[in-house]
Amino acid sequence: MEVNHTKSQINFTRNSLFEQGYLDEQFTQLEDLQDDANPNFVEEVVTLFFSDSTRLIRNVDTALENYPLDFCKLDDYMHQFMGSSSSIGAKKVKQECTQFQECCKARNAEGCIRAFQRVKQEHATLKRKLETYFQVSL
Amino acid sequence: MNLGGGQVVNKQSMMPGSSGGSWKSSGTSGGGGDGGVPDQFPSGLRVLVVDDDSTCLMILEKMLRHCKYEVTKCNRAEVALSFLRENKNGFDVVISDVHMPDMDGFKLLEHIGLEMDLPVIMMSADDSKSVVMKGVTHGACDYLIKPVRIEALRNIWQHVVRKRKHEWKDFDPSASADEHKQSEEPDYSSSANEGHNWKNTKRRKDEDDEADERDESSSLKKLRVVWSVELHQQFVAAVNQLGIDKAVPKKILELMNVPGLTRENVASHLQKYRLYLRRLSGSQHPGGMNGGFMGGPDAGYGSISSLNGLDLQALAASGQLGQLPPQSLATLQAAALDRSNNAKSTISVPVIDQRNIFSFENPKSRYPEVQSQHLTNNNSSKQINLLHGIPTNMEPKQFVSLHQSGQHSLGSMNNLVLIQMGGQSQIHVHSQSQTQSQAQSNVNTHNGLRSNEMLPRGGVVDMAPTVYNPVVSVSQASPLVNFSMNHKTDSCGTSYPLGGSLGISSLPTASSALQGDGNLDTKIPRKGIVPSYDIFNDLNQNRDWGLPDVGLTFDQSQHTIQSGLDASNPLLLQHNRSSGRDLGGQNRNLTSDKVVLSPGFESRIHHNGSNVGQPRNVYVKTENDIDGSCHNTLYSEQYGQDDLLAAILKQQQQEGVGPEDEFVFDGYALDDLPV
Repeated sequence: MEVNHTKSQINFTRNSLFEQGYLDEQFTQLEDLQDDANPNFVEEVVTLFFSDSTRLIRNVDTALENYPLDFCKLDDYMHQFMGSSSSIGAKKVKQECTQFQECCKARNAEGCIRAFQRVKQEHATLKRKLETYFQVSL
Repeated sequence: MNLGGGQVVNKQSMMPGSSGGSWKSSGTSGGGGDGGVPDQFPSGLRVLVVDDDSTCLMILEKMLRHCKYEVTKCNRAEVALSFLRENKNGFDVVISDVHMPDMDGFKLLEHIGLEMDLPVIMMSADDSKSVVMKGVTHGACDYLIKPVRIEALRNIWQHVVRKRKHEWKDFDPSASADEHKQSEEPDYSSSANEGHNWKNTKRRKDEDDEADERDESSSLKKLRVVWSVELHQQFVAAVNQLGIDKAVPKKILELMNVPGLTRENVASHLQKYRLYLRRLSGSQHPGGMNGGFMGGPDAGYGSISSLNGLDLQALAASGQLGQLPPQSLATLQAAALDRSNNAKSTISVPVIDQRNIFSFENPKSRYPEVQSQHLTNNNSSKQINLLHGIPTNMEPKQFVSLHQSGQHSLGSMNNLVLIQMGGQSQIHVHSQSQTQSQAQSNVNTHNGLRSNEMLPRGGVVDMAPTVYNPVVSVSQASPLVNFSMNHKTDSCGTSYPLGGSLGISSLPTASSALQGDGNLDTKIPRKGIVPSYDIFNDLNQNRDWGLPDVGLTFDQSQHTIQSGLDASNPLLLQHNRSSGRDLGGQNRNLTSDKVVLSPGFESRIHHNGSNVGQPRNVYVKTENDIDGSCHNTLYSEQYGQDDLLAAILKQQQQEGVGPEDEFVFDGYALDDLPV
């Protein structure tokens, strides 16, 4: 594309992600890990996260179709999901995961389904934004 | 010497473990800034990271490398363990996730603690107090909450150092005893020495620095005690020999007779081992522990029973068995204990057999926990098994669970018996004395129910829930059966297992019977029941009995049965029949029947999956009716069972299902039945 993204623009994009709560401090940690030896470390990690999490999402979707819901299993999945999303600093995704876990604990099937919809939404949004960000910055 | 610092820093296998203070001085070849970088350590610390999440694994690896550690990562606990075992001294610290699909993080922690004694750091996204506490009690050095920050990882070297220091102290309280250590070294620490040379060096450094009387050549090889597999085996053998309750460090040390090993080493290892055992018995990990123990049932039991006897009982009593209500368990245990001490060994073996034989898919898959529990229990003592089978005051639900748990132990036979027996406490008693019962059963011709034998099995009840359920109700009848069996009370115990097993078998048949399948006979898993199921043979003697025998009770039941015939009833009926049989001492036939049954049984069981539903309901009902007292309930149940029995009999007769009789509890105390 013709537009040359200036550093400030890149920074702006990045900062907005933080300000809007999509990313948190953990993402900064990842950025700090990036060095000349691994210049694309953050992108690699994020890509890995999204491929893993997409698989997890599929599993949860399947599990949510089996009635009665197996809350233990769902909780397990969500625990995994939360672990990896928090590792990359996906703040909003993590928050929605927590909501989902609350519903699991309360054995609220309806709540679980709704919460998971939100998880998926946040997940998709973040993916979009980060893809854009990486395109711009790399 | 340059042992420390400079070299260490560069090398992977440096000795980063030295204490901070000494490290500094030694690490860089001397004092604070001797030569190299003062704080080379903890660079090069060898870390093994275990986590099933690849994203986290990647991030951790990067972070650790940033801390200048040497990182090895794996996403499977088994792989991690094999890494550790292959390179005994290849790692300094392990970081592991708590939730992993193939193995629980805490289990891995225990393994590592026992086998390699490396510092282990747990991590998880879960920061709830209970989980963190679990980490502490399992011996984790630290617990990190995800997301893990690099700062948290920078300091993990402290755990390595701390552990070394502790071990050092354990190994040789008197630091100055260089010579002493040295002499001990060769003998004992030969294996420990292998990869711990650097440790020695480190220690040496410390010593040198501190005491300045060390001769580098005669390094103070205060190696930490490395509990190699061989050493651990020796330890376990010594503990088993002494008995877990009598195993005190001093005696263990004497028994082990390993030069260089101190009482403190043994004491700390014993503590870990105790925790490990407690976890094993408390956890439901059938594969792991059971496998180990089950491997040599006799041997296992021998050792385990002593060990587990206390633990398991304690656990059981505390309700750790899970499904069984503590009170019931306690009662059962007490009863079981009183009854048979001998049976212990006997029971365990048969239990296993039964378990193996009784390869119901449903039950197993359904109640993995139960199974494990059961297994655990079995290991610990027959008593536990008994408990399973015999819920004294079990609610129907509980009963079912008991069955489930009992399933394993009893095997098909037992289950049936148990089932019949029902959760009667009486049965419980009998079951405990498996051995006793066996004898009794043999002696008692009446007791078609070799349930006695079976009972100990541990409450076959385990059999698939679906199967069991009906069985459960059947078991209730078992008390009745027991009566007829040998002696009301005695038979109860023994007949229990039969009931259990019978229940199972009968269940399928029952359902089928109801449905007119009349497959009862075939379904009866006599085979599966286990060869030791003499009782079964007796029971199976139904054929021999001729319905008339059972008739007494059956007649009445028939009346009722017809009216109230339902899934569960069939089972009951069967039991009734068997009980009648028992009187006749059909034992002999049972065996033959058993063979016949087993195949059928199994198929039945599966088949029953769908049927189960029916019986289940029925059974539940029945169960409710049955109260704790064997006799009383027996009678009351008898009626219900009679109905079933009658129905079953009828069907069988019609279908010519002979084998079914096998199911029927011979143990039924037709005589006593107030029918």
